[in-house]
Amino acid sequence: MTVTVPILRQGSALIASIQEDLCDSDILNLQSRILEDVIRYRANAVIVDVSAIGILDSFGTKTLIEIAHSVKLRGAKMIIVGIQPDVAISMVLLGLTLKDIPTALDLDHGLALIGET
Amino acid sequence: MQVPAPLDAMVQAIRRDADVISARQMGRALAEDLGFSRPDQALVATAISELARNIVVYADHGEIELTTLQQGDRQGIRIIARDHGPGIADLERALCDGFSTGNSLGLGLPGTRRIMDEFDIRSPPGEGVTIIAVKWQLR
Repeated sequence: MTVTVPILRQGSALIASIQEDLCDSDILNLQSRILEDVIRYRANAVIVDVSAIGILDSFGTKTLIEIAHSVKLRGAKMIIVGIQPDVAISMVLLGLTLKDIPTALDLDHGLALIGET
Repeated sequence: MQVPAPLDAMVQAIRRDADVISARQMGRALAEDLGFSRPDQALVATAISELARNIVVYADHGEIELTTLQQGDRQGIRIIARDHGPGIADLERALCDGFSTGNSLGLGLPGTRRIMDEFDIRSPPGEGVTIIAVKWQLR
């Protein structure tokens, strides 16, 4: 079963809202679609909303970091919003960090960070 | 130490990345049923996710077996990840943060060992990899 994450446009920003647990190929698919859309719509920011997902393991985190770095090379900025408390604890214990990637509590805070509210 | 008595076992065959999701959802559901805290449910699911992905990436196929353990008045979940792939030549390095022979962060095995209460890995030459990891419920 393939899950296609919807990517919405809000002003000059893209919002990808992950609605359910993604398998590795779904995450890779999201990665290529975000990069295509950043170019197609000349987006200057991408918000990835992970509030609906209950697990972010090493592959998911690594791919999010790769997306963020690629988006940055396109001159846009990526923010990850909505990491759930349990997910955050698991990530820290596993040794996963998002280093220099901005995060925000929820979508509203993310939009505020990029000046879209 | 008293030997924990296994209560029941369930097995998820691991062949492709969709099976990784099935296995971790099975683990989360079991942890929830046993009354594990929400952070511990996430830890069990994360550990299963890491171990199952290693099977897909490095061994092509294998299985995840989950067993409920009972020790005194506490319950635990035992995860057994089994494959018959090429095995791990240097277990010590494989358990070091940041070491990977694939294109990964190298945190799967050492991270899983950190988040579980018990962790044992074996890879006898020619017999693939067997990892046994246990998470006990906090009282």
